[in-house]
Amino acid sequence: MEFRYLPITEKDKREMLSTIGVQSTDELFADIPESVRCNGELNIKPPKNEYALTKELTQLASRNINIKAHTSFLGAGVYDHYIPSIVDHVISRSEFYTAYTPYQPEISQGELQAIFEFQTMICELTGMDVANSSMYDGGTALAEAVNLSAGQTKRQKVLVSKAIHPESLAVIHSYVKGPGLEIVEIDHVNGVTDMDQLESELDEDTASVVLQYPNFFGQIERLDRVRELVDQQKKTMMITSSNPLALGYLTPPGEFGADIVVGDAQVFGIPAQYGGPHCGYFATTKKLMRKVPGRLVGQTKDEEGRRGFVLTLQAREQHIRRDKATSNICSNQALNALAASVAMSSLGKQGVRKMSWMNIQKASYMKKQLEESGFEIAFTGAFFNEIVVKLNQDVDMVNRKLLEKGIIGGYNLSRDFPELSSHMLLAITEIRTKEEVDQFIKEVGDICG
Amino acid sequence: MANQDFPLIFELSQESRTGFSLPEFDVPETNIDEQLGEAFVRESEPELPEVSELQIMRHYTGLSTRNHGVDSGFYPLGSCTMKYNPKVNEDIARLTGFSHIHPLQPAEQVQGALELMYDLQDILAEITGMDSVTLQPAAGAHGEWTGLMMIRAFHEGNGDFNRTKVIVPDSAHGTNPASATVAGFEAVTVKSNEKGLVDLEDLKRVVDESTAALMLTNPNTLGLFEEHIEEMASIIHEAGGKLYYDGANLNAILGYARPGDMGFDVVHLNLHKTFTGPHGGGGPGSGPVGVTAEFEPFLPKPILVKREDGFDFDYERPKSIGRVKPYYGNFGINVRAYTYIRTMGAEGLKKVSEYAVLNANYMMRRLQKEYELPFDQHCKHEFVLSGKLQKKLGVRTLDIAKRLLDFGYHPPTIYFPINVEEAIMAEPTETESKETLDSFVEAMLQISEEAKHEPEKVQEAPHTTIVSRMDETTAARKPVLRYQKVEE
Repeated sequence: MEFRYLPITEKDKREMLSTIGVQSTDELFADIPESVRCNGELNIKPPKNEYALTKELTQLASRNINIKAHTSFLGAGVYDHYIPSIVDHVISRSEFYTAYTPYQPEISQGELQAIFEFQTMICELTGMDVANSSMYDGGTALAEAVNLSAGQTKRQKVLVSKAIHPESLAVIHSYVKGPGLEIVEIDHVNGVTDMDQLESELDEDTASVVLQYPNFFGQIERLDRVRELVDQQKKTMMITSSNPLALGYLTPPGEFGADIVVGDAQVFGIPAQYGGPHCGYFATTKKLMRKVPGRLVGQTKDEEGRRGFVLTLQAREQHIRRDKATSNICSNQALNALAASVAMSSLGKQGVRKMSWMNIQKASYMKKQLEESGFEIAFTGAFFNEIVVKLNQDVDMVNRKLLEKGIIGGYNLSRDFPELSSHMLLAITEIRTKEEVDQFIKEVGDICG
Repeated sequence: MANQDFPLIFELSQESRTGFSLPEFDVPETNIDEQLGEAFVRESEPELPEVSELQIMRHYTGLSTRNHGVDSGFYPLGSCTMKYNPKVNEDIARLTGFSHIHPLQPAEQVQGALELMYDLQDILAEITGMDSVTLQPAAGAHGEWTGLMMIRAFHEGNGDFNRTKVIVPDSAHGTNPASATVAGFEAVTVKSNEKGLVDLEDLKRVVDESTAALMLTNPNTLGLFEEHIEEMASIIHEAGGKLYYDGANLNAILGYARPGDMGFDVVHLNLHKTFTGPHGGGGPGSGPVGVTAEFEPFLPKPILVKREDGFDFDYERPKSIGRVKPYYGNFGINVRAYTYIRTMGAEGLKKVSEYAVLNANYMMRRLQKEYELPFDQHCKHEFVLSGKLQKKLGVRTLDIAKRLLDFGYHPPTIYFPINVEEAIMAEPTETESKETLDSFVEAMLQISEEAKHEPEKVQEAPHTTIVSRMDETTAARKPVLRYQKVEE
């Protein structure tokens, strides 16, 4: 069998073995004790040629129902948006995707500058001073923010709204086991965090308060109220997780005095791809700059005074500080940060505002039409691009029938919120047309009628 | 901005220029500002650049030419396994049926994706000799933390709350001690001996009833196989601890040896290294974790199960450490790794390690003539030299690395592992031809000559790159981490 990724010929091999001074490659493995060596081949399917493998995997892929061939109203943390064609063309430049972390600035200015630009764009959208080069995703970024707040304030209690993404909440619960923090979950009332409960739980042991803005139900949390409450406890930090597209139109958390803003830039140019890789971001204040997890790129000059960029403030990081590092993160999502940067550059300051605005407009249209058709909208507050509708039938059953009409329905909230049985979370992004929304309402009406 | 500076995208911006094509606005307009309330409508616009599509394309194409990747040239960055990233992997990952599926679609709609994940888990279990694999962790360090949390849950499940320490060799990756800390353990160091292997006597000294685990990379970061692995396993196991395998160096032993057979209990892999998921300029990666049967109850949830009517997720996992990531891992990277493994098969994967080790030994033996080799024995997929001899001439390892840039190479990893003075850690990988290795060796030998006769040529390198050495001190002292528009 030939292997096109392996260039060493038999002749090469003989010459190389002779230089090394051995007879066979087996001698190079002689230090592996006999008792732990593999006998015989691994039990894996035999190698497959490029054409046959492509055919097989194309068929496998076609067994998935994709959100491009269907009309999807599924969001709940991962959104189907307009992706400019240019995005994939840029990230397919293999100087970007076949490089690693830019340790050698002289030959990595492209990646370093691209990250510096990404950091700037995230700062602009969130209203924060500093952003890092990316995190795995919004959920783990939020969990890192929680741990940072405890370390910074030397406090052990964190108040977390139940209206954040339930999978992010689950990740927080896993992450805080290391430092042994106490998580107090704050209920939601009418789709937003219960401010009275938040106020009563907030005390001098509270490291931080965690909300999502817009929250998991699409509702806009009253960050102004949260800030007032947090201010009553000197050191307590305010952490929000935010869909950065929403911040194209909504007042950014930075302007409400957030200490840390995290989220996922998947909305900018990154396909859903079954949940990953996406692109977490982490933004904070100047004060916390030296506590940030992950890579940071800074601007500097070379010996000739030319502008250039380097990885900086590395004394925070695991490869320098080892067990004293601020986080163990090493690899990040640089290529997806690049994709997000290209999408954000395409949109520009007008486009991001317009796209954000269109999401709210289209969701508002959906809400109005549903109400006019006699559906009950669960929550009454302001929202971004998601709304919750209460059906008179099981959501999974409704979704199965919708699929027969070519529609992927919304998220079944009863999976995470037993109190919200028969509640469907609908995402209406800029790519949904009036016609699609109208058809959805008609079909759901027929099913639930 | 100096004249010769490459512009930032913000510096290309002109008001009202556009690079987007948004869908039609086709619904009646609502007064959303009233809905939101004044305090929640953004007052000032985010200063994103206003540029045309061609400007964007030229900008990023320009940046790409200012970047070195594996496709640009040799990249022997030790411990990172910078092998070729097959193009078919990229095509498969971009198939609509893989790239445009939503993680919250019901399982019956995505059986193709689940089958691929299930098959990949099985294959990785076979390659590592483990019983079960989770694909949830997003990268190697994330996998380390996941594995350690499982070890912690295992001990606590036995009512053993006193195992507070994780042992890591002095040659370990920085992520090992960092992950131990994040998982709530104290990291304890075990020394290496004069052969570059874990010092068994020191291991016996640091092991006790507080040992939760030993984290080990095998072959280790010096590229040497820990040949006393079975003895180490029994030292740890007899003390009630567990053995953790850092899969960063798995590229050396595919089909030759399996961590499971060596006595490891928990293993993480870096699919972006050994299994060609591209490195992406820093990520995304994928860090699956394999475990022996006794750890299965602790795996992150949900786990993927095969039922009579197809694949599904099982959330009823009372002993699970919980979720470590939203959704099910970096699926897109897992698709690439799967495509690679299916291209190579068992036969190909074994050849991968054979040639990775052959290439490393060949390069090491040729370089040994001019560079100090602290551990003179066959290496595995990588090896570590010391720039000690050159340092005596006033040429540091950093200078050698910078001089290599002039030859069009990405230098090896430098100053790591920390137990070797002026370390130069090279990993050629199996996808490089003999001609490439020879040219690289010639460059290294020439640099060694230059160190003797014209050291300033090396000390002042690089000479041919688009920028010269950066002022990193100022970058850290007065950090500029974002662009600010200069008001005119």
